[in-house]
This record gives sequence, structure tokens and C-alpha cells, in this order.
Amino acid sequence: MQRYVLKRFGSLILSLFVASLVIFTVIEIAPGDPASFMLGINAQPETLAALRAELGLDQSKLQRYIAWVGGMLTGDFGTSYTYRTPVSEMVADRIGVSIPLALYALTLSITIAIPAGVYAAARRGTAPDLAVLGATQMGVAIPNFWFAMMLVLVFAIQWRVFPAGGFPGWGNGFAAGLKALTLPAIALALPQAAILTRVMRSALLDVLGEDYMRTARAKGLTARQTLWRHGLRNAMIPVLTIVGLQFSFLFAGTIIIEQVFYLPGLGRLIFQSISARDLIVVESVVMLVVFGVILINFIVDLAYAAVDPRLRDRT
Amino acid sequence: MSLLDIQNLTIRIHDKAVVEDVSLSVAPGEILAITGESGSGKSMTAFATMQLLPHGASLSGTIRLEGEDLTALPETALCARRGQAMGMVFQEPMTALNPVHTIGRQVAETIRLHTDATPAEARRQAIETLERVGLPPDRFPPERYPHELSGGQRQRVVIAMAIALRPKLLIADEPTTALDVTTQAQILKLLVRLTRADGMGMVLITHDLAVVAEHADRIAVMQHGKVVETDRTETLLRQMQHPYTRMLFEASTHQVDLPEIPRAEPLLVAENLTRSYLLPRRRLFEERARFTAVKDVSFSILKGERLGLVGESGCGKSTLTRALLGLEPLQEGRITLAGEEVRTDGRAMRDARRRLQVVFQDPFGSFNPRHRVSRLITEPLHLLDVQPTSEERASAVAEALKAVGLRPEDADRFIHEFSGGQRQRIAIARALILKPDLIIFDEAVSALDVSVRAQILDLLAALCRSHGLTYLFISHDLTVVRSVTDRVMVMRAGQIVEQGETEEVFTDPQHEYTKMLLQAAPRLPQRAELKGGPDAG
Amino acid sequence: MSRPLILGALLSAGFIMMALLSLVWTPYDHTLLDIPNKLQPPGGAHLLGTDHLGRDILSMVMIGARTSIAVALVALAVGLTFGVPLGLAAAARKGSWLDEVIMRGNDIIFAFPLLVMAILITAVFGPSAVNAIIAFGLFNIPVFARVTRGAALPLWEREFIMAARVAGKGASRISVEHILPNVLNLLIVQGTIQFALGIQVEAALSFVGLGVQPPTPSLGRMLADAQTLVTLAPHLAIVPGVAIILIVLGLNLLGDGLRDTLDPRLRRRPA
Repeated sequence: MQRYVLKRFGSLILSLFVASLVIFTVIEIAPGDPASFMLGINAQPETLAALRAELGLDQSKLQRYIAWVGGMLTGDFGTSYTYRTPVSEMVADRIGVSIPLALYALTLSITIAIPAGVYAAARRGTAPDLAVLGATQMGVAIPNFWFAMMLVLVFAIQWRVFPAGGFPGWGNGFAAGLKALTLPAIALALPQAAILTRVMRSALLDVLGEDYMRTARAKGLTARQTLWRHGLRNAMIPVLTIVGLQFSFLFAGTIIIEQVFYLPGLGRLIFQSISARDLIVVESVVMLVVFGVILINFIVDLAYAAVDPRLRDRT
Repeated sequence: MSLLDIQNLTIRIHDKAVVEDVSLSVAPGEILAITGESGSGKSMTAFATMQLLPHGASLSGTIRLEGEDLTALPETALCARRGQAMGMVFQEPMTALNPVHTIGRQVAETIRLHTDATPAEARRQAIETLERVGLPPDRFPPERYPHELSGGQRQRVVIAMAIALRPKLLIADEPTTALDVTTQAQILKLLVRLTRADGMGMVLITHDLAVVAEHADRIAVMQHGKVVETDRTETLLRQMQHPYTRMLFEASTHQVDLPEIPRAEPLLVAENLTRSYLLPRRRLFEERARFTAVKDVSFSILKGERLGLVGESGCGKSTLTRALLGLEPLQEGRITLAGEEVRTDGRAMRDARRRLQVVFQDPFGSFNPRHRVSRLITEPLHLLDVQPTSEERASAVAEALKAVGLRPEDADRFIHEFSGGQRQRIAIARALILKPDLIIFDEAVSALDVSVRAQILDLLAALCRSHGLTYLFISHDLTVVRSVTDRVMVMRAGQIVEQGETEEVFTDPQHEYTKMLLQAAPRLPQRAELKGGPDAG
Repeated sequence: MSRPLILGALLSAGFIMMALLSLVWTPYDHTLLDIPNKLQPPGGAHLLGTDHLGRDILSMVMIGARTSIAVALVALAVGLTFGVPLGLAAAARKGSWLDEVIMRGNDIIFAFPLLVMAILITAVFGPSAVNAIIAFGLFNIPVFARVTRGAALPLWEREFIMAARVAGKGASRISVEHILPNVLNLLIVQGTIQFALGIQVEAALSFVGLGVQPPTPSLGRMLADAQTLVTLAPHLAIVPGVAIILIVLGLNLLGDGLRDTLDPRLRRRPA
């Protein structure tokens, strides 16, 4: 077990290192000098040089990489070229929207998908199963941002039960914040729930064919008891993989959904920074998102070992 | 009154009858064996008794357990009977246990399901039951997971789950087919002991006549879904009324007629072969241990000789085979074929490959399902320096197919159109097409029914006469090896522990391990030993 | 032939035909501005209505579908061209450094959510359809490498591959001759799934301005334009949205149907 965790942790560190190299290199090859971009075309050479020194642009690439990674590790994400404020402050404001939104959507997706998947699998081939399957086919095909627009049209404009956009901030009460995130979370969750339902259903159907399910029936368990006691935990192994993947989809998906609902999250920060060519913000926020994804994968790996004892002894 | 009484049982799967009008009964404390080849309906009969038939199956007739008709009971009542009044043991111990629950929990589940034992009480009983089946808690704590146990140990856990509540009836569906011969003997002994001790009735389903003859009180022989003959074991073995019974019995002890070995020079010489693997580290910074799969193995095969290699699973015979075929590098030793060294460093040594071919076990897995027979069996022609013309190919294909008893027209068919036995013939045709000096048969008849197996063994003998075949015959089945080899090697833990003339080794084994293997193997009584039988040819 | 398969094939074929037709004919010139007739509802002279500049929506959907399909197809081709050989090579040399490098490289690409990858590429090279293709193509490579490797690995343990090795065939020849044909079914199924995903990805990227740029119409861009007008003229959002859903639904049904038809485990086996 200890060895398994250490090995996974080693792979987490390696992935983070390579990802940081990739992001740094990509931003490096981006054309244009941030300093001249900030000062405009009429800048004096001396001012330009001074700004370059201030931003650390006069150092070697290696020094800058080390400074960037070292800064990230200590919570210093650099200073925005356009706003001249620390990136960490800008991120801290925004992350309070994006992460709750992703978690909200993930919770919705799981609470819809797991019961629906079990329900359909237990009734394989019957009308309810086919209905669930048909609904998931539709769900998978619907783009989340389009679904978001439709939700706004119905729930915010026609019925006025939810706000059409914007975010009051967590300072104005948890309920108000949650209400503002509800439509975005539903829009994000529905297509993912459709995928997860299909995975849950087929994982359970695969498990139903296993020999140990027959052994359980021979002990005297009913079909339903067999499904819950012996089927579910074994079926969770592929489901966990998808849950892990979904978190990264949802996390990235917030970037688009925030555009529809005018939410002040990381997504809007990224798009503002891209149009302002504020590459230090893009660089740091992208690294943060990638870090989140890699961390989730690590947690999913640990969850595997909790579910499947065979993995604990494997390397 | 009999414990289990099956009357006129017919099972249909999608309107096709797989079991027809079967009537059987088992008395308390009695062992009834149901035997027959694959597709005879013997397993279906077992599942019908448990009322666990697959979807799409329907049955008619009655199945009475202690006078109560199971076919008329509702599902809830059946659940109360399963595990309580009747238990079942399955063929494949590797997959019959839930991998994510401990063995103690799985045994205790049976107990808690049918009694109101507290968790602690159920656990205590589970430990007791595990001890009864030979898994004492000091060596096999109930916290173990199935993957930490061997196949034989897992089968003991399955048995413990089935007998925890001392059911009246135990159904064992090929309980030892997936196990090694020594493990098989232990498991069968355990099952018989439990049956006798608890006065339980047992239905033992097996394709192996020797197992049947040794342990069953009564035998039912099934063919194509029907019971063709049933009687007390001694009576049935002595009289064998039905021709199918006689055929099964003869096929099981089939002796082939091998020609003499032409006096000749050594063909293949293997000297001090050693193959070991690095094991993964169990702890960080620990030195990686080595596992030696083949250890200092030396032997030779004469031209025209038939050499056998026997051993249980994990003894290293597969690794040795792969090394001989040049599919696996050796750490030490050398192999010479007709005086030329066979390189085993993984490089394609065309010359050696041309002289050495192989027939594998699995008649379903040894062919690319997308190619026609002609393409499948000409694959080795790739090794020729000059590629034959299409006419030469066609005639080579026709010749090879005829040699193995198939028709030349079969060349244009796909592999799924053939039965298991026919596929093994095609595999032999593929091995023959280059007229190699040596063929390795790797468990080549192990997956076949006895009657088909007998035909393939006859084919081997015929090819020995017509083609002067030299082969290395690898098998776990001692009876088969005894029948088709001149000399035999016994392998254990990577080493050859004994080798010699086949008859000598079998009648007068020298090594302890060989003695144990021969002791453990179930044996069919020779017909002469069954006094008073009719003298059938 | 199952019903979903037929439905999926019809839907997919219908949209592909419509996209091809747009090369030679559309009901109206989609660049033609007709402000007096702006925001017409569906029906009448314009079958699916007009947008805020009076352009014919049906014509734009036809051309938009063509753009989306082209982007998804090229990205699919990129994924297949690089991913499949990598997967075959990794499976043939399982456990070697090559396998390790390929799989670790895959893990790294997987750590970048598709959208983040697109954002990075756009940040550097600016937004364009080509960059959307590069981003999704890059994303497709590890998908196909994994599917190919995963399907090839068990095949390498099969006896017919051993037989081919005994017949002296090398790893690359075996990969092409025996492995590839046997994983093809799976690749076709995965291909339709990635194709469908590509349609959605193109729409999403164009919606946020990272994909297809004006004046080329695309389904995602039509939705972006519709966002501010959706309360006035809901059909501006509904029509392109339904088009996306139908293409994706068709391709997914086709993929599922093909899987059921091609899966050898489901095929009838003679006794």
C-alpha cells in the first residue's frame, strides 16, 4: 500500500514538472514583448529597460523558469502586466466561484447518474432501461453552453425563478451564492450525468456476468441483494475513472459556462488576460488548472486502492 | 425417500432443448456423478437444481428436494433454500470469489443470511468452517483477500461458503477441472470427507471418468442432453450397456500405437538452460529479488523420438517452451538443433525456426479469426528464402490438410466454421507445412473432449509413421503423456527432477515428486480389473 | 442491423450530404445582408428564419455544419495518424522504455483539459480554426494511442500471435498484419465518438471566440452571435443548437450501433 501511494505520488510530481515545462515553453515562444505591449509603441528605451528589469524579463530563461516555479510553490504567482496587481490576489477572488461551481456540478452529476445507472442496469432490456438509455443519448449530445442558454431562457427570463447571470459573492449569504450557481451547475452537470449513467450501467452489466455474482446467488442472496452487496463496489472501479475525468471536464467547462452566466470566475479571468495579452496571468492560471487536474487524478488513484484490495499489493 | 429427485427434466434455451427428459435421484450421504462431454447438458442440470438457469432458459418436469418441488417455489422461498438446504461449488475458483471482500466476510455472509447470528457469532462460525475445509486461521486469517490465495485454497473457500450451514445437498460443477493434479486429489478428498461426515448428498459433475470411477457411488452418463445410462459405479463400469459409455471409457484410456524410433543421432540438445526474472520490489530501496523459472535444465531429443514433459502449473514448462521457440531469451545455456546453435536472444533465427514448429493448447485462440485457413497454415512459409509460387502454395496446403485428415476444399473456409478438434488439426497442418524436424505440442489436447482427444492422438501416431515426426509433448495429463511418448521428463520448480523411458518412469518412479504426482492422479480401472465384464473388443 | 444504427447512419449521412451540398448550392447567399428582413421567424421565405443581419439561417447552418464537420474530421485524422502507430508500438514493446515514454507522454497531454490546451495555443498563435484543429488533434492522439494499446495488449498474449512469432515475423509486421485488423472495429467505434466530440468541441471553442473566426460561419459562432439576442429571437439559438445535437446524436448512435454489430463477443459463434 505504502509503495503504491509513493509511486503514485512520484508520478504526480513528475507530471507537474513536465506540465510546468510545457506551459513555460509555450508562453515563451509567444510572439511579442510584454513590456513594449504594456508601454505602447512610443515608450522610451530607458523606461522599457527599467520595466523589463522590474518584470524580470532581462534574466535568462532558466532563471525565469526557476523564479516562476519557486514563486508558484510559495504562493507568489507574479504580477499582472496589465493591472499591476499580484496574480495570486486576482486568482483568489475568482477561484471562489470556479471551484464551488465545479464541485456543485460534480455532486449533481453523481447524484443523478449513480441511481439512474443502477436502476437501468437492474432492468436491462425493459422499457425503463431503454428510456434511460435514450435520455442519456440525448444528454450526451447536448452542448452544455447551449443548454445553459436554454435554461436562462426558461428559468430566468420566462419564469424568473433563478438569476440570469452574475454572482452576488459569498459575502451576501450562502443561499444567494448557491442560487446564482444553480443554473450553471445544472448546465454543466447534465451532459456529464448522461455519460456517467451510461458508464455506471455498463460497468454493472459487466459485473453481473462475473462468476462471483453467481456464487452469491448460490448462497441464497436475492438478485437485488447480489447487485448491491457484490455488484456495486466492483462496478465502482471504472466509474471512479470517469468521475476523475469528469472533474477535469467540469473544471475546464466552467470556463465556458462562466461566459454564458457572466460569472466572475477563472474562465473570465483567462479570456480577459488573453485579449489583453497578459501572459503571466494566462501562464499561472493554466498551471493552476493543470495542477487541479493532476491532483484529482492522484486522488482517484488512491480511491482505486481503497476500493480494490488487489491494487494495494501491486506496483 | 431420496434426498433429491429429478423427474422428466427438460430445459430449453430459446426453444432449443439442451436437456431432455432427465430423471435422476440422490440419497442422503450418496455421491452421484454426472459425466459426459461438453454440450451434454450436465452443467445445465446442476444449475436447474439450484434454480439458477441463465436468462432465456425454461424448464419442465419436477425437481424435488426432500419431497418439495423446487420448480414450483417462488423466488423468495428459493433464496431461503440456496445456501441453507443446498450449496454449490463451481468450476473456476479464480473468479468465483468476490475480489473486494475478505474470505471471512464471504463465508460469514452465508451464515448471517440464513440465521440470526450476530456478526461476531457469524465470524466465529466462519472461522470454524474455514478450518473444517483446511484453512486454519493461524495460517489463513479470515482477513485475507481472495487474490492472496492459490487456486486450491480459493476452492476451499468456495466449499466453505457452500457447506457452512451443513446443507443436505451439495452440487459440485467440475470442482477440480481448473486445478493441478495434486490439488485436485486434495479437494476431492475433502469433498468426499464432508459428504460422508455430514450425511450430505452430493452431485459431482465432471468430464473426467477417472475421477468419477474413484469417488462416485453412482454414475449417470449424459450425451446430447439425455441420460444414456445410469447405475451403481461398479456395475456400470463392469457392464457398460450403452455404446457411448463404452466409447467414453475407451477414449479416456486410449492407447496409441507408436512406431519404433529409427536408430538415429540426437536432434535437439539443450544444455544448462536457465531463465530468471527480476521480481518487482516489495519495499522501497529493497534489492529486487530474482525468480528462476527454468533452472539448469539439460536434455536431448533423438531424431524420431517422442519426448514428454510433465509438471504442474508454475513449474516452468511454459517458460521452457518459449525459450526453445526462441521467444524468450535465456540467461545461461545453449540449444543446438541438428548440430547448429539456436540463438535465444530474441532475434529471428530463420534457419532454426524453419526446423521447429509448435501447436498450442487453445483451439479458439491460436488463429487470427480474420484469415482463411489457407492463409493461416501458410504463415510459416514466410521463413523460406525463396517464396513459393501460388501453385506450390496451394499444393502444400492441400497436402498438409490431407495429412491431418481434412479436405483440401477446407482451405477457403474461415476458422470459426470448424469445431475444436478440427481446429487442432489445422494447427497441426500449420506446424507440418514446412516439414520441420521437431514439433512442440504445448498442452495441445488439453482443451479437447476425450473422444476428440483420442482421434487427435491417433493422428499423431499416424503422422509419426508417415512423416517420421519428432516431437516434444508438454502436458499436465499423465495418462496422455504415457500414451504418446517414448521418454518423459518430470519438471518441478524450474528443474527436471526425473527423466527416463516413459513406461519405466510410470511403473517405477524414482523421485518423491514423481511418486506423489502418480499417486494423486485419478486412475480408471483397466477393463481386465473389472471382473465378470463382457469381453468387448 | 439495429434500429439505432440505421437512425444514426441516416442522421450522420443526412448532415454530411447537406454539408457537401453547401459547397455548390445554398438557398441564399449567406454573406448577403438584408437588414429590412432581419430576425424573421422560421417559415415563410426563409425556412429557418433570418439572423440580426437578415442572413438566411438555413444557408448558414449548412455552411456551419460543413465547417464543424471539416474541423472535427481533420482533428480525427491527426489523432488517428499519430495515435494508432504510437499505441501499436507501445503494445508491441510493452514494459520497455518506449512504452513508458509513450504512456507518460499521454498522461501529460491528458493532464491538460482540452479547453486549456486550446487556450494555450490561442494565447500564443491567436484564435483560428487551424488552431482549434491542432488543439483537438493533439487531444485525440493519446485517446487513440490508449485505445489501440489497450486493445492490442491482450492480443499479444493470444496464441495466434505466438504462432506468427514462431513463423519468424517481426513486431512491426505482426502489428500491421495481425494486430491492426483486429483492433480496427474498436478504432471505428472510437472514431465516431471522437468525431461527435469534435463537433461539440468546435462549437464550444468558436462560441468563446477561440475557434472559427468571422466571416466563416460555424455552428458555435452562430450561437455566440445569438447569445445577446436570445430573448428577442430564440430561434437564433435553437436552430444551430438543434443542428449540433442532431449531428452528435447521429454519430453517437452510429458508433453504438457499430459496436454492437462489430463486437466479436456479441457475434454468433457456431458450436
